[in-house]
Amino acid sequence: MGEIKLMKGNEALAEAMIREGCDAYFGYPITPQSEVLEYLSIDAHKRTGMVVLQSESEVSAINMVYGAAAAGKRVMTTSSSPGMSLMQEGISYIASAELPCVLANVMRGGPGLGTIQPSQGDYFQSVKGGGHGDYHMIVLAPSSVQEMVNYVGLGFELAEKYRTPVMLLADGAIGQMMEKVELPDQKPRKTVFPDWATTGKIAGKPRRYITSLNIKPEEMEKINHILQNKYAEITKNEVRYVTKNIEDAEYIFTGFGLGARICTKAMEIAREKGYKVGMIRPQTVWPFPTEIYNKTSKNLKGILCVEMNAGQMVEDVKLSVNGQCPVEFYGRTGGMLPSPDEIIEKFEECFIKGGK
Amino acid sequence: MAKLTGTVVIDIEHCKGCELCIDACPEKTLALSKSINKVGYRYAEQANDNCTGCANCSLMCPDSVITVYRKINK
Amino acid sequence: MSNFNSDIISPENLVYKKPSTLTDTPLHYCPGCGHGTVHKLLMEVIEEMGIQNDTIGVAPVGCSVFAYHYMDVDMQEAAHGRACAVATGIKRCFPERYVFTYQGDGDLAAIGTAETIHAANRGENILTIFINNGIYGMTSGQMAPTTLEGMVTTTSPHGRNVKEQGYPLKISDLIAPLPGVAYVTRQSVHKPANVRKLKKAIKQGLEYQKKGLGYCMIEVVSNCPSNLKISALEANKFVENEMLPFYPLGDIKVPEVK
Repeated sequence: MGEIKLMKGNEALAEAMIREGCDAYFGYPITPQSEVLEYLSIDAHKRTGMVVLQSESEVSAINMVYGAAAAGKRVMTTSSSPGMSLMQEGISYIASAELPCVLANVMRGGPGLGTIQPSQGDYFQSVKGGGHGDYHMIVLAPSSVQEMVNYVGLGFELAEKYRTPVMLLADGAIGQMMEKVELPDQKPRKTVFPDWATTGKIAGKPRRYITSLNIKPEEMEKINHILQNKYAEITKNEVRYVTKNIEDAEYIFTGFGLGARICTKAMEIAREKGYKVGMIRPQTVWPFPTEIYNKTSKNLKGILCVEMNAGQMVEDVKLSVNGQCPVEFYGRTGGMLPSPDEIIEKFEECFIKGGK
Repeated sequence: MAKLTGTVVIDIEHCKGCELCIDACPEKTLALSKSINKVGYRYAEQANDNCTGCANCSLMCPDSVITVYRKINK
Repeated sequence: MSNFNSDIISPENLVYKKPSTLTDTPLHYCPGCGHGTVHKLLMEVIEEMGIQNDTIGVAPVGCSVFAYHYMDVDMQEAAHGRACAVATGIKRCFPERYVFTYQGDGDLAAIGTAETIHAANRGENILTIFINNGIYGMTSGQMAPTTLEGMVTTTSPHGRNVKEQGYPLKISDLIAPLPGVAYVTRQSVHKPANVRKLKKAIKQGLEYQKKGLGYCMIEVVSNCPSNLKISALEANKFVENEMLPFYPLGDIKVPEVK
């Protein structure tokens, strides 16, 4: 069993980064995730030799990530919503050049400068490809500080396995809240780099180059096919979710990250009131756990999707359910959180009183 | 005084006929060909034996198609 | 074609040949374009210094976007303007490697100004080769940040009007005073003597990098015959007569001798 500590989400994320043998972190301060860079600045370099650098912008940070990842290093950046928007260009290039790296978005309310309070408004941006072109990245949605820690290691594992960017889609509340966490043991930093990495030419071997450009349409389409085949493989192998009380459930509450946490409480209240409510929480929002929704919804009277946005994941839920049961949505925006009581009220309005 | 004898070998298939070498040659050794290469460019070629092997042509050549040799005749 | 003095063709008489650090891929550049000359010089220096396996290059977006097809070293292709950020990522992780960026004026002095200035200001130990031809080549002849006053381009068809379109930017002079910057020089490739000087400058820049002196930038005032719609020779005359008076050649900053 690893070391147990009481830690703030952002700091736990940073600590996990150090312990997972991350080689470099490039980032730019933005509320509510600035503690990541602050924490790393204290002694991360001293502890493992990892590079920690404050860039002049998120645009620059993601391109530093590109450079380090293309040289075969384990590298991370973190930001919050407006900063993530700036990184979208770089993420598209990273996805196209097939570079492994881990990113974290500690979401705040938008659009625009919005608010510094927590939100889940960047679901579309993260899972539908916020940058240009046909690409995806693996998106892990932590709903606790413990998952924030666990997903750093898992993120690097998946990123390196599939040569893809992986995003931790957290929110300001998880970034700021303190919880008990079990930390992983210190892992050594990498000393061997993949064959494709541009670490300096190896005598007698052809040079390596990393690019996302191919001017010939036939060849660029081939690259797209390679990416799409990889995404199909990821979708087959890497879907992760948790369920609660779905065996006898007539209704399902669903959500991701903090939204799902609030749903858990709402589900308990609903059960106390005699409603047979279960829960599905995707841990990967891309690839989305389509199958479990599809399978479960056949026997359901309804699904209520709860998010801290105006309704984003609910679209994927509806596609997965494919009309087999009604799907309703409840969300708060702008940094406001849905309360369990509001969820119950919405649930009763949709499925009990109205008798849908 | 020692006399310098030079010559150039031009990879004519990769010459684009930009004429920078011709202009750079102090001995007026190089000229543009009458015929064209596979890509359709007239290419640089030696027009006389004045070459001293100064390598100005190869310095100016953006496509690195000129190899230069020089011998000092004592 | 007859080969004059072909009897002297033998290895001991070799004066110049294409460096082994350039690949066999024919350059896609227009006839007479300065890019090829600068590629060649950079690769010659890398060959002579014996650092082919210790060098990682970063290509830009612009005409030289395919630099990685020609330079036989490990390379990365950066997003438009981000080469100095990408190079920072590489150099910070591999400080013992030689890292260079190769960028044009649009890439470096317009869209990538922030990345360039901050890499310079952090004193990143990288070398930037900056090709200033005063025009956007790849997108076919639009106004660049470095376009001269009055110069006609497709987006300044009546000549660059500085009151409306701003002034040509001397980015090298702008970054030279920064304390993180070790070496800034402006060179050209329009005459053999200038080509020789540029090669020396490139070698100097990489040697400064080896000593860890800080950021080095070598600006190369170059031509763009195709977009000026003139011959390569005329384009080099344009460099000499029009560009060099505004972008004078020579060292702008050299490290203090220690």
